[in-house]
Amino acid sequence: MSDKQLAPAEKEVFGSNWRNWLNTLGSVLALAAVYGLFVLIAPPSFATARNLEMIARQTTIVGVAALGMTLVIISGGIDLSVGSIVALSTVVIAWLLQYAGVGPLTAALGGVAAAAFFGLVSGLLITRLRVVPFIVTLGMMLVVRGAAKGIGREQKIDVDPERLRWLEELLASLPKERSWMLLPPGVWLLIFLAVAVAALLRYTRLGRHTFAIGSNEQTARLCGVAVERVKVLVFTLCGAFAGLAGLMQFSRLTVGDPTVAVGLELNVIAAVVIGGGSLGGGEGSILGTLVGALIMTVIASGCTQRGLPNWVQEIITGAIIVVAVALDRLRHRRAV
Amino acid sequence: MAERIDSDEPTVRLEMHGVCKRFGATVALEDVGIKVAAGQVLALVGENGAGKSTLMKVCSGAVKADSGQMWLDGAPYQPGNPLEARRAGVAMIYQELSLTPHLSVQENIMLGMEPATLGVVHRREVRRRAIEAIKEFDNPELTPDARVSKLSVGSQQLVEIARALAIGCRVLVLDEPTSSLTQQDVERLFELIGRLKRQGKAIVYISHFIEEVKRVADRVTVLRDGKVVGSSDVAAITTDEIIALMVGRQVEELYPRSARKAGEVILEIEDLAGVEKPESASLQLRRGEVLGIAGLVGAGRTELLRSLFGLESVRKGRIRLGVYTGPASPVRRWMQGAGILSEDRKEEGLALSLSVADNVTLSKLRGFGPLGLVLPSRQDRATQRWIERLGIRCRGPRQSVSSLSGGNQQRVALARLLQHDVEVLLLDEPTRGIDVAAKAMIYKLIDALASGSAAEGRAPKAVLMVSSYLPELMGVCDRVAVMCRGRLGLTHPIDEVDEHKLMLEATGQEASA
Repeated sequence: MSDKQLAPAEKEVFGSNWRNWLNTLGSVLALAAVYGLFVLIAPPSFATARNLEMIARQTTIVGVAALGMTLVIISGGIDLSVGSIVALSTVVIAWLLQYAGVGPLTAALGGVAAAAFFGLVSGLLITRLRVVPFIVTLGMMLVVRGAAKGIGREQKIDVDPERLRWLEELLASLPKERSWMLLPPGVWLLIFLAVAVAALLRYTRLGRHTFAIGSNEQTARLCGVAVERVKVLVFTLCGAFAGLAGLMQFSRLTVGDPTVAVGLELNVIAAVVIGGGSLGGGEGSILGTLVGALIMTVIASGCTQRGLPNWVQEIITGAIIVVAVALDRLRHRRAV
Repeated sequence: MAERIDSDEPTVRLEMHGVCKRFGATVALEDVGIKVAAGQVLALVGENGAGKSTLMKVCSGAVKADSGQMWLDGAPYQPGNPLEARRAGVAMIYQELSLTPHLSVQENIMLGMEPATLGVVHRREVRRRAIEAIKEFDNPELTPDARVSKLSVGSQQLVEIARALAIGCRVLVLDEPTSSLTQQDVERLFELIGRLKRQGKAIVYISHFIEEVKRVADRVTVLRDGKVVGSSDVAAITTDEIIALMVGRQVEELYPRSARKAGEVILEIEDLAGVEKPESASLQLRRGEVLGIAGLVGAGRTELLRSLFGLESVRKGRIRLGVYTGPASPVRRWMQGAGILSEDRKEEGLALSLSVADNVTLSKLRGFGPLGLVLPSRQDRATQRWIERLGIRCRGPRQSVSSLSGGNQQRVALARLLQHDVEVLLLDEPTRGIDVAAKAMIYKLIDALASGSAAEGRAPKAVLMVSSYLPELMGVCDRVAVMCRGRLGLTHPIDEVDEHKLMLEATGQEASA
C-alpha cells in the first residue's frame, strides 16, 4: 500500500536480471573454485592447456547427453534410459559401418535416428499410458540395453579402421596441422548444440511451453499448451542427444559396445542438478548444466592427476551433488 | 474441569479476546473476540475473506496471532502448533480433509498417537479405541478395517471427527463442514453435533449458509473484514439481519454498472452433459452481458465451465461458440476466442514458479518476435501494460508469481484473458480468497468488458461467471441461472430474483419456475 507510484519498470527488470546473472555466476564461480583448488594441490600438469583440452573432451559425452536431459528435467520428467541409448547408438553406428557398408555420415545419422526413436517410444508411452517417466524410462533402460545386445549378438562390434574415416577424430586430440581449431570437432559440436538448445529454451514457443509444463502442467493445459505433444517432442530430443553422445562415445572407442555407458544417466542427471535443474520441473539452464558437467570432469581429472584413488573421486562427486542442490534450495528460500 | 464463574451462565469453555492478525499489508483480524460455552454451538459467519477461517486457525494453533489472548476452561491457552492445540483439547476439522487414504479407518483415527511399547504398536488397543470412537456415529459404512479411500466424503469427515474425539478434545472447530456433503450426510452430521453438545463439547461452526446456522447453532457471531460486527443468540436474530450484518452497507459502490447492450448470442449450449456433472445444462450468452451461475459447491458449475472449455469431456449436448460448433480442446477454445479463469489459482490457474510475463502470455506466445520466436523483451513490454492497467503490485514482469499476494495473482490470471483478447470470458469464482481492493477492481473490469468501455471501438465482451457468493452475482450480473445437483435451471433477469430465492433454488427447495 505504500508505493502508489509504480516503480519504473526498466530499473526493476534490470534488478531481477542482475540476480539471475548472479545465480548463473554462482555455479561458474563454483567451477572456478574447484578448478583453482586442484591447480593448488594437483601437479603442474593439471593447469596446462593440454589438460584443459582433455577436460573439455572428457566432458563432451556427458555434456551432449545432458542437453537433452535438461529439456526433460525442465519439463518435469526424467530419463533413465540415456546410458542404454548411448550404448545402442554405438552399436547401431558400428553395425551400419561394418555390415551395411554405409559411409560414416549415414552411420552417424542412423545411430542418432535409432536413439531418437527410442526417445519417441518413451514419450509416447508416458503420454498415452499415463505412466510416470521414472517407470517408463526405467523399463526402457532395460529394453534398449537388451536391444543393443541383440544387435551386437551380445558382443562388441569391431569396425575395420579404414571404414571409420572422420568418425575417429571427433574427440581425438588435435594433430599439429589443425591446431588452429583449438578444440576437437566434437567439443565444438557440443558448444554449438548448447547454444542452440539454450536459444530454443529461451526464444521459442517449445522452450517456453517446456518450462510451463514443468512448472505447472495443469496451467499449461488450461492455457492451451499441447502438453502431450511437447512431452513427446522433449523425450524424442533427449533420445537424439543421447544418440549424439553415443556417436562421441563411438568416436572414442571405435567399437560398438552394448555394455558401455552403464549408469551414465546418473552422471547426466547429476550434471543437470548441479547446474540448478530441479527434479520438480520448471527450472534449469543449459549453461548451468554444462558447468555441472565440467565440475564433475574437473574433479575426476584433478583427482587422477593428484594420484587420489577412484573411491575418493566418487565420494567427492557424491558430496558435491548433495551440497550443490542444498545450496540451490537455500538460495531459493532467500529469493522468495 | 474449570469451576463455574456464574451459576446462571454455562461454563465458558473457550474464550478469545482482542485477537489481531495481519498478513503483509492486509489486516485479516482486528481486535476479534469470541466466547463458546460447554455444550454450546457457536456459529461463525461472514463472507469469504471475512476472517472466519483465520480466526479458527489461530485458535487451533495453525496460525500465530500478532496479539490477543485465549483461555481454555479458564486457563491461559497459547498453542504453538496444531499438535499442541490438539493435546490441549482443541481440534479443527478443515474443509479439505487430512486423512491418509491408503490406511484403514482405525489406523487413521489413531495416527500419530498409537499406543506402543518400544515402537511396537498395540494393535488390539488401537482397535479398541478406534471402535469406541466410531460407535458414536452409528454409520454402517464406518468399520475399523475399512480403507479410508473407499469411504464417502461424509464418512471420511466422520473419521476425522473421530480422530479429534479419540484424543479427548473439548473444543471442536468445523470449517464449512457441509460444503461437500450429501443431504443425508448433512443430517447425520447435525445429529452428531447434537450428541456432542449433550456431552458438553464446545463447537465452533464456520459457515456461510445461514439456514444451517439457524438450525444447528445456539449463538452466532458475524465477522466482516476481520472485525466482529455482531453477536447474538440465534433465536433472537433473523436471517435477514444476519445477512445485513455480513454484507454491510457498501454494496452500491462496490458494483459499478454501466449501460450495457446485449448483442448477438455468442455462446449457446443445449442439454450439455459431462461425464458425471453437469447432467443437463442449457443457456445462451450474449455479447454485452454478464451471466451468473449460482449454486452450492459441488453442484457442477465448475464442471460446466470446464467441459465447455474442453478440460473435461462432454458426454452429450450441443455447444456453439461463435461460428464453431461441438466440443473442442482448450487449444481450440483459445483460438476460437474464449478464455477461462480457473477457480484454483495455485493448482491450476497459474504456473507459480514462472514470471508474471510468462504467465500472462502463456496462452498465446505468438507475435512476440520474428519467425515465431518469443523475445522476452516483447513479452515484458506487453505484460507491463497490464501491470499498469490492472495495478498488479510487483517488481516487474520478470518477478515470479509465487511471491505475489492472492489479489495480485488473480490480476495476473485475469490479465492472461485480456492479453489474449478473448471475446467470451469464463470466470470461475473470480474473487475467491482475495482482498476487497482486488475484488472491486475485478467488478469494475467485468463491467467495463461487458459494457464495451474497456476497449474503444470494439464490440463488448460476453462474461459467464460462476460464483458461490450471491451478493456478488446480484451486483455484477445481468442475468443469473442456478445450478442444483448437476442441473442448470432457467435463466432469470437479475431484477426478478433476490438472494433468498436463489438460495432456495440452489438447495433444491424450489424448482425453477
